[in-house]
Amino acid sequence: MLFGILVNEGPYQHQASDSAYLFAKAAIEEGHKIFRVFFYHDGVNNGTRLATPPQDDRHIPNRWSELAKEHEIDLVLCVAAAQRRGMVDPDEMKRNKKDADNIAEKFRISGLGQLIEAGVQAERLITFGD
Amino acid sequence: MEEELESGVVKKFLYINRRAPHGTVYAHEALEVVLIGAAFEQDVSLAFIDDGVFQLKKDQDTSEINTKNFSKIFSALEMYDVEKLYVEKESLESRGLTEDDLSVDVKVIDSSEMKKLITDSEVIFNF
Repeated sequence: MLFGILVNEGPYQHQASDSAYLFAKAAIEEGHKIFRVFFYHDGVNNGTRLATPPQDDRHIPNRWSELAKEHEIDLVLCVAAAQRRGMVDPDEMKRNKKDADNIAEKFRISGLGQLIEAGVQAERLITFGD
Repeated sequence: MEEELESGVVKKFLYINRRAPHGTVYAHEALEVVLIGAAFEQDVSLAFIDDGVFQLKKDQDTSEINTKNFSKIFSALEMYDVEKLYVEKESLESRGLTEDDLSVDVKVIDSSEMKKLITDSEVIFNF
């Protein structure tokens, strides 16, 4: 089955990103495909490469990056939500004249249309959040 | 702007709004999804349940809390061809509200009809 995944909460504060990751991993192991993982609301904070969790804790952003590298998964942060919360990729950095970017590997920033597209194209869109 | 889909697939989208309009950003950002989604020519319905019914309350004034009064956008949804708004009867009643307290035309349905609406939908966003 082709899944779309929506993550609506930030890392560590809330279980949503962990559950979404474990779901995606399990789905892939069972032979399913992930059309896209879309991060909205505080979920965009999952895409920071500047997180430094303690060594004995999971590294949530890195874990997403590695899963994406291994299985070519499209990880998209909503641009409007990202701008509000200071998530920046090199293009956004230039466009909004910021002095840095902070996006982790394999994440990209794009519009809400990508979420709607996931709803249309995927056979199931699964939401993780409250 | 957003790239439009050329697949020609039309699905039944349902946006469920169940939180109060202010206090968290969910309601405001949900409306942003509805507005962008409107360009994709899908079959769109909005449902308001629980504290979500307060999103449609008339005469909201956010000037003292320094947030955007996005409630005005609901009355513009018609221009985006988003015309199916459903409000759950029980949620209104338990909050002391009637249809007259709402800023837009809606269809008030009871919880069993709401259940059917949800069951019949294909893509559900739950904000």
